[in-house]
Amino acid sequence: MLVNEKIAIEHGLKSDEYKKICKLLKRIPNITELGIFSAMWNEHCSYKSSRIHLKKLHTKGKKVIQGPGENAGVIDIEDGDAIVFKIESHNHPSFIEPYQGAATGVGGIMRDVFTMGARPIANLNSIHFGSTQNKKTKNLLRGVVNGIGGYGNCMGVPTIAGQTSFDRSYNGNILVNAMTLGLVKKDKIFYSKATGLNKPVIYVGSKTGRDGIHGASMASASFDDKIEEKKPTVQVGDPFTEKLLLEACLELMYGDSIIAIQDMGAAGLTSSSIEMASKGNLGIEINLNKVPCRETKMTPYEIMLSESQERMLIVLESGKEEIAKKIFDKWNLDFAIIGKTTNTKNIELFFDNKQVANIPVNTLVENSPMYDRKWKKSKLPKKNKTNKTLFKSLKIKDTLKKILSSPNVCSKEWIWQQYDHTVMGDTIQKPGGDSGVVRIHKTDKAIAATVDSSANYCWAHPLTGGKQVVCETWRNLISVGAKPIAVTNCLNFGSPEKEENIGEFVECVQGISEACKYLDYPVVSGNVSFYNETKDIGIKPTPTIGGVGLIKDYKKMITMDFKEIENIVLVIGKTEGHIDQSLLSRIILNENNGPPPEVNLFNEKNNGMTLLNLIDKNFIKSAHDVSLGGIITAISKMCIKGNKGIQIKKPKFLINEIEYFFAEDQGRYLIEINPKDFKEVSKILDKNSVHYDEIGKIIDKEMIIDQKTKLTIDELKSYNTNWLKSYML
Amino acid sequence: MKSSVITFPGSNCDRDMDVALTKFGFKNKMIWHNDQELPKSDLIVLPGGFSYGDYLRCGSMASKSKIMHSVINFAKSGGLVMGICNGFQILVESKLVPGVLLRNKYLQFICKNVHVKVDNKENIFFKNLDKKVLEFHIAHNEGNYFCTNDQLKEIEDNNQIAIYYCDQNGNTNDQMNPNGSIKNIAGIFNKEKNVLGMMPHPERMIDESLSGEDGSIFFKNLLNNIK
Repeated sequence: MLVNEKIAIEHGLKSDEYKKICKLLKRIPNITELGIFSAMWNEHCSYKSSRIHLKKLHTKGKKVIQGPGENAGVIDIEDGDAIVFKIESHNHPSFIEPYQGAATGVGGIMRDVFTMGARPIANLNSIHFGSTQNKKTKNLLRGVVNGIGGYGNCMGVPTIAGQTSFDRSYNGNILVNAMTLGLVKKDKIFYSKATGLNKPVIYVGSKTGRDGIHGASMASASFDDKIEEKKPTVQVGDPFTEKLLLEACLELMYGDSIIAIQDMGAAGLTSSSIEMASKGNLGIEINLNKVPCRETKMTPYEIMLSESQERMLIVLESGKEEIAKKIFDKWNLDFAIIGKTTNTKNIELFFDNKQVANIPVNTLVENSPMYDRKWKKSKLPKKNKTNKTLFKSLKIKDTLKKILSSPNVCSKEWIWQQYDHTVMGDTIQKPGGDSGVVRIHKTDKAIAATVDSSANYCWAHPLTGGKQVVCETWRNLISVGAKPIAVTNCLNFGSPEKEENIGEFVECVQGISEACKYLDYPVVSGNVSFYNETKDIGIKPTPTIGGVGLIKDYKKMITMDFKEIENIVLVIGKTEGHIDQSLLSRIILNENNGPPPEVNLFNEKNNGMTLLNLIDKNFIKSAHDVSLGGIITAISKMCIKGNKGIQIKKPKFLINEIEYFFAEDQGRYLIEINPKDFKEVSKILDKNSVHYDEIGKIIDKEMIIDQKTKLTIDELKSYNTNWLKSYML
Repeated sequence: MKSSVITFPGSNCDRDMDVALTKFGFKNKMIWHNDQELPKSDLIVLPGGFSYGDYLRCGSMASKSKIMHSVINFAKSGGLVMGICNGFQILVESKLVPGVLLRNKYLQFICKNVHVKVDNKENIFFKNLDKKVLEFHIAHNEGNYFCTNDQLKEIEDNNQIAIYYCDQNGNTNDQMNPNGSIKNIAGIFNKEKNVLGMMPHPERMIDESLSGEDGSIFFKNLLNNIK
């Protein structure tokens, strides 16, 4: 087939991008070459609209072994151990085919982690659906949860934490972000940089089929009415093969056979081979007849663009072919020597003894387009003048009931009970807490991980929202007693071709970067998902942050359940009564405008570090950060989990009671301490200038707010746990 | 005491079982599914997971693997065999224990703590256990035990029901049945009671920092019984 501009545009390339290709090649590409360019130059693989801004992220730190740019980030957790982790989106495929889309998202991120030599030890996910009234929501939720469970459970990796939200803005574009953490020895990390000439290039794993062709291009465009037609671009997952691939790769990595390894994710064989060659500044030659194929008569174009799952590309040390083959034979996986590294700095493909493509690697990578798109700055919205008399008409009990049973606050047990969260025998904090925690096998250390996003705050003011999400994950880690180390980010936005959307992106990134820098909490990996829009309607900006922290002695881990009657509860951080953009504002007052709560990075860091100090001294019996729904929502959850009540003191503040209980001011926590420690604790808090108030005392089975407002723990439980279960019936 | 844990392709609780057995004093060996011969063992364990992806009926492919000939012979000559979760499914498919395991009643994977009642202590697995109700952990999609009425009568007559799902006081009722199993059956023996298949994972309950400690009680007791 002869290539022309029209065909290039059908491949998702722009007219000037096609002209650039012809100029770089000094000729017209053939169809296979065009396919390769379109796969490498789409937004998903090339980051052409985001690259320029991502450079501004704060990515350096003492604990960072590998920052962005590899299959995943790596951090040092001492004693020769390292944690490899990353989050990735699989939004577009999951909307088209929720089970397979979500399943292969989980499979893909696990491959990114074990490609680096790490055994996956924990999975997390952040999933976002349309309004609960939308007729598609229930099936999408069911499919996504089944898909995540289907893949992760079979792999035998515990799913330890997650986040689920519902918002109208996801009606036409759900978000499925999957995160994996792996454990590796610091001196056994594998990278994707190929080195050495004439080294064998090995293909291992599943056979190549016609599934997922152009998957990455599909993920680089908006949806329209014809999304059903895009089903064939969704890959099909096979977790069993991935489990075998994991064990086989780790077995091979035990020795010294591997020079470079790269999983075949988005854009399959194309991006994996090109990335290895590009990083090593080498050429690569592949005989496509040697690629194990599942279907007959596959063309070079199809082989190069297939996104069949569970495949890896390895550059081996010469002479190690037999050792490697034996391992893959043992695990019943395909093993084929398909090419070699060369000094041409070109990717050369052969098929039926003919050369079918010959492209300089740098044209695909360094010379890929990079856009500095025009973007629009957001203004901080004006504060709402909430009518305070309105508060008087609200009853705390009714309001709390509505909030506890609202879709974004209610218990997500229906979801996480379908994920195996205890396999591997090291899960010491299950889903439903502030962070999931797994022990480092056979040591006293544990790793805490959390994933969060706050689309409403980001939508109201992207800069503040970006900062806030980082701080929220920071607090989630502190609340379990973990020292935050680093984050991974998954940046979900609408079309970068719109000034508003790219503006939201730029300012969220700026906010993330500022917070990460201040907190010494660098970004080590991540991905960008643009074009989350359908028929011109985009999602709210949703940067998702996955935070990871270390607990040196796992016996000091903190949970949120109230522990003992007579203990006292303190609110850490100042409550100013910020109601705009809060859950109260949205679901009770029906008010969507106004600025998000302000983020004070000094207070965040100071409060967090002081709490870690108190935890280390064993003063804190339980802790929980205050987020959606304010203080009273956080207290309710601590009551429910601990099956204990609380006698709440009347707040001393001038602000209204409703504001006090439901405001979403940042940087706050609730902690439980023994009354005999109060003096010592308050001394430390005062010394560090941390604001605190005593809010109440733990009692048996009842939450008493004032003489008129009493709720039993069973009432709180039923508000919180029933909604999702009955919705999904 | 020597134990062997069989690793099938797709097994994923093999390491956890190895950790548990070793912790309580077994000398454990990991055995590959493609081996012919079992090492000398006092106990063989078929671990949980998704053997061969469970793409056919769960456990059916594994029941035909090479090592299973030796496991079946070992069981028939009176050797102790225990199958947990996918291991239970393999035992059922190998016909070492009666019945079948269907998909969970609500068609969902379930991962949570459950209580089980130990009724029958006249066997090497539960003899001398000083608790009647244990807290174990389940994580499965196909644990809905089913058998014909004739089979049920036979296993009841032979005291082959090992454990029932129940509440913390030992009451078995529909509410405490997580997956729809007939009579709340969570585990059963063969006729001779040297083979035990059960859905719950005692190996996930061996540490107070994990889900609980009742697995420790089970393994310690088992080791003492075998000694």
